Amino acid sequence: MHQTIIGQTNPVAIAFFVLFVLTTLGITYWAAKRTRTTKDFYAAGRSITGFQNGLALAGDYMSAASFLGIAGLVSTKGYDGLIYSVGWLVGWPIIMFLISEPLRNLGKYTFADVVAYRLQQRPIRAAAAAGSIVVVLTYLIAQMVGAGTLIKLMFGLPFELAIVVTGGLMISYVLFGGMIATTWVQIIKAALLLGGATLLVILTLNSFGWSYGELFTQAEKLYGNKFLEPGGLVTSPIDAFSLGLALMFGTAGLPHILMRFYTVPDAKAARKSVFYATGFIGYFYILTVTIGFGAAVLVGQKIIMGIDKGGNMAGPLLAEALGGNIFLGFLSAVAFATILAVVSGLTLAGASALSHDLYVGVIRRGVANEKEEVKVAKIATVGLGICAILLGILFKGQNVAFLVGLTFAIAASANFPALLMSIMWKKFTTAGAVTSIYTGLAVAVVLLILSPTVWIDIVHKDDVTKVQAQIKEIDAASGGIDAQIADLQKQIVAADAIAKMKKKEKVAAEQKNAELQASVTAKTGEKNALAAKKKEAGAAMPKAIFPLKNPGIYSMAAAFLIGILVSLMTPDKASQDKFADEKVREYIGIGAE
Amino acid sequence: MSKLKKEDILDDPDFKDLSKQKNTISTILTILELVIYFGFIALIAYNKPYLAQKLSEGGSATKGIPIAVGTIILSWVLTGIYIWWANKKYDVLVKKVKDKIGG
Repeated sequence: MHQTIIGQTNPVAIAFFVLFVLTTLGITYWAAKRTRTTKDFYAAGRSITGFQNGLALAGDYMSAASFLGIAGLVSTKGYDGLIYSVGWLVGWPIIMFLISEPLRNLGKYTFADVVAYRLQQRPIRAAAAAGSIVVVLTYLIAQMVGAGTLIKLMFGLPFELAIVVTGGLMISYVLFGGMIATTWVQIIKAALLLGGATLLVILTLNSFGWSYGELFTQAEKLYGNKFLEPGGLVTSPIDAFSLGLALMFGTAGLPHILMRFYTVPDAKAARKSVFYATGFIGYFYILTVTIGFGAAVLVGQKIIMGIDKGGNMAGPLLAEALGGNIFLGFLSAVAFATILAVVSGLTLAGASALSHDLYVGVIRRGVANEKEEVKVAKIATVGLGICAILLGILFKGQNVAFLVGLTFAIAASANFPALLMSIMWKKFTTAGAVTSIYTGLAVAVVLLILSPTVWIDIVHKDDVTKVQAQIKEIDAASGGIDAQIADLQKQIVAADAIAKMKKKEKVAAEQKNAELQASVTAKTGEKNALAAKKKEAGAAMPKAIFPLKNPGIYSMAAAFLIGILVSLMTPDKASQDKFADEKVREYIGIGAE
Repeated sequence: MSKLKKEDILDDPDFKDLSKQKNTISTILTILELVIYFGFIALIAYNKPYLAQKLSEGGSATKGIPIAVGTIILSWVLTGIYIWWANKKYDVLVKKVKDKIGG
């Protein structure tokens, strides 16, 4: 039997983690002395190189959910986990081709800068800030709850303590070190995560004689053909397209990702950073999938799911099996660091939406000095951090998986369409942008609540369990009748045989046969009654009002459609006149900050 | 050579060329990426048996595995193509236009 120390207080993990915290706090101290202006606080003084920002983008994007979650999904579901990892990557080329350079050339600190470039500042900033903050908060809750659960599993720390430690460190990085500290936390975390995952894959492949073929052969031997084939994850094509759209364009609408493009000096560095980020993230997902298959073979699904039903501990368990306690400790610390880095990036993005867009742009109508803006951003950081801690504790034990889907659906529907149209379309107007953002936001949220993901899995969870129990009972009764009928039919065959062989007993046998036939008919009747009852019970099963698991396809379409229609109805000459100026700056970067 | 005014840049043939080229390459690469990813999704949705085929006789790996990994790698290659084009052509054109306006 495989022994694991996962779930117990692990001194090695804690030692590695303390080392990480001390290093990053040291960096924060160093960064604090360099963080004075808004440019320093929001954008690290635009001093980050393309390569560094590539790593930091990867650090922002590779969450613990993707590291532990995808490895877990692959180890428990096989090929279906691989489908997910592809979806998480494909938004990056879109960011590069459509967003990165214009975003860098046109904006200052937030993507709202770009949307508001030639439109009316206040309504646009209010709407964009709403989109950003909802995305940041939903993602933050998902990350915090995940953090509490994972840290409890890996370090044996109580849930609440884990959340408070995470929240406290996250506030410290952002509050004192701003974007400079946050960027370096991301870079260190990305390097550790990529290094740790690479080492784990090297050890895994070593156990299979450096042959992927051997790994797959063993996986197939243990779990059958189906393990290496697409299975039940994708059932309806439209559902698959909808989720695909949300993942792809949601990536291009995440405020903490978009914000990173302002940390580099120019558009050239911005596009370069996407190239590096895409490479790192793609490489990481390929590693993660290998880790998942490796864990399925070398650790085994039974043990993985015994520790955590979702399979989240597949990676750490594999590390323990291959590299012992030290490697497990290292990887657990890296997972903790990963969570910390992601929530820090989110908090900074939320704080900049609150201060730069909402406070300065809306409340102060664009007039505020640097000192004041940084001060408000710092207050917002503390506020958001405390919010994240409280919400994380409030959502303890809740199923928060839907929040990640919601985050991407909102980002793809509220943020992305307005951003894209403001860059590309001359006739885009203030009213068009504002209605597009609120429509995308509202449609995504409402449809997700009405979708099976929330309506069935969360709102009507008890009803579903009840109906399922009823159906199970009926199925059992029906199975019993089937057995009885089979038994009767055997007797009929036997009686038939007697009737054929012995003429004397023919009459008796025929009579018995008729009786038996009557019993079969009666039993069949009973069975049909049960089938009807099952149908009735099934009818009581709660149905989702909106059929798709992810609303992306409709909410995105609605946001684009409303944006276009309203813009056409409210022509804005001033905005069209400024488009020339926007275009020049977008393409050649003249006047870019 | 007389300096161009910022307002006149839009009508400058070099700027027109630059924005047209950039739009064309961005559009082509975006469509390619969409075709690659949604092609993969379409295979999962409509042709699971194809993805379930074995890569080689006697082997275990299915065609779906290199196709999924290929989608990831190809996405990255597309970003590489854009970088290559931008470094080679776009930056040169930007410099040319910038020189004209003395910026």
